[in-house]
Amino acid sequence: MTARGLNRLSTFNAVSLALGVAFLYLPIVILVIYSFNASRLVTVWGGWSLRWYSEFFHDRAMLDAASMSFRVAATSATIATLLGTLAAVALSRGARFKGRTLFSGMLYAPLVMPEVITGLSLLLLFVAVNAERGFWTVTIAHTSLTMCFVAVVVQSRLGVLDRSLEEAAMDLGCDPLRAFIAVTLPLILPAIAAGWMLAFTLSLDDLVIASFTTGPGSATLPIRIYSEVRLGVKPEINAICTLVIGLIAAVIVIASLASKLSSARGESAAPL
Amino acid sequence: MSARSIFTRPARLAAIAPYVWMVLFFLVPFGFVLKISLSQTAIAQPPYLPVFDLTQGIAALRSAFAAMSLDNFRLLVSDDLYVLSYLRSLVVAAVSTSILLVIGYPIAYGMARLPQRWQPIAMMLVIIPFWTSFLIRIYAWINILQHDGLLNKILLALHIVSAPVVWLSTDSAMYLGIVYSYLPFMILPLYATLAKMEPSLLEAASDLGASPRRAFWLVTFPLSLPGVAAGILLCFIPIVGEFVIPDLLAGSNSLMIGQTLWLEFFTNKDWPVASAAAVMLLVLLVVPLIFYDRLQRRQLGDSR
Repeated sequence: MTARGLNRLSTFNAVSLALGVAFLYLPIVILVIYSFNASRLVTVWGGWSLRWYSEFFHDRAMLDAASMSFRVAATSATIATLLGTLAAVALSRGARFKGRTLFSGMLYAPLVMPEVITGLSLLLLFVAVNAERGFWTVTIAHTSLTMCFVAVVVQSRLGVLDRSLEEAAMDLGCDPLRAFIAVTLPLILPAIAAGWMLAFTLSLDDLVIASFTTGPGSATLPIRIYSEVRLGVKPEINAICTLVIGLIAAVIVIASLASKLSSARGESAAPL
Repeated sequence: MSARSIFTRPARLAAIAPYVWMVLFFLVPFGFVLKISLSQTAIAQPPYLPVFDLTQGIAALRSAFAAMSLDNFRLLVSDDLYVLSYLRSLVVAAVSTSILLVIGYPIAYGMARLPQRWQPIAMMLVIIPFWTSFLIRIYAWINILQHDGLLNKILLALHIVSAPVVWLSTDSAMYLGIVYSYLPFMILPLYATLAKMEPSLLEAASDLGASPRRAFWLVTFPLSLPGVAAGILLCFIPIVGEFVIPDLLAGSNSLMIGQTLWLEFFTNKDWPVASAAAVMLLVLLVVPLIFYDRLQRRQLGDSR
């Protein structure tokens, strides 16, 4: 028997794949379909309609929350991308330095740290220094969380990068900074872009950390959605969720196009 | 001088800003959690005593230390509510991680056996839900599981049940939600190790007379163990502290520690007890966190 034959997809493989994908997507598809339901009763189908979307666009409180979320996500993703990229460069090119173990530990831990702990600890810090809670406290909290994701994405890209390119640039007389800007940076740009988008969507998603670190009167979109969801299913929520899903889908398409574009230029696509 | 050592110094300088940030907003906050977990609850703003006041000098610091107590921790280990919620968190995390492994492995295995050009698409399909809001995906399940939701409708239409079944606010709904939300975290590391596997190894096993099943258990599975470990850690650790899923899908008669912490903090405004609960949760997670850190380092070629 050839390796090819052994490697062929068995029926069992195909069925588990199909079931897995169906399991992951069906609930979302149902949610999206029901957001176009004309009926007030979420479970009765009353024909297609956009009324819940227009309801959302007239809901002042929801719109305020959405705008807060977007501002936080854009700001924190930008700072996180900057810091996360620096951290990734330091870890993959910096060799040994004092406190390196602590540094990488601090970068990896937030990836799995339960959010209740991160949220609570940051809140206690903000209270202790008497910071006014609102936009900036949530932004700082989200930056601390998402920069770790950016660092991992960029670091795994830097890890597979051919170092001889950097070496060649420096043999040709570039100083390290110029070599980095002229050679390394363009090569890791797709990973940096993917990192920014991941940071953006993570911030847009987060309920727990935002709940701890925000102040009265500045709720984010997930906080609003959560307080509505606790009261039960509402068609308007379906519409908002569909808009968020659509936005995230657009971000992913752009991200994958960007990485395709860069792989067309002879580079391998960034992971994630 | 090699390029690496020329690059080293500026690369180290790059560490400064993220280092300072993480110390300020990750490490120092834990100090506050620890400190407040040792203080007493007060009806004040902020609701704990004593409040460190550095302007009062050493004397205030000394009296603050004197007022510290382990009362909150004594409460946590003596009150059934907390002990039970710790146990429940561990049980829920262990059970859901096992289910995730059993479901995730065949999916990852199927992905790794897809023709090369289909694999990136399959990976994209698994990653997309990971990018989509956690909350929204749980909400999607509430739509389906509620009393007159789609699931009950289908079951009734097929005459599988004669009356609507209560799905929401049950443990099954919670497990379903957890498995649904964490499935990508299990599949991706498994897929990563399975995809790297040398097909010639299986060929050799079959040449030596192993049946495909035997070859799987003797070759494929042992070689995929790093991925298994990564998947287990990536799921287990955050599930122990999970709040949103049990809060929205499980009943309110037994709580997970994340919910207890939330309740103490937001409803009872008992910050010291909430902090003590966070410290205990962290203690519970120290061992898996260390394993996870090692794994992550190895994976990113970081063990220099």
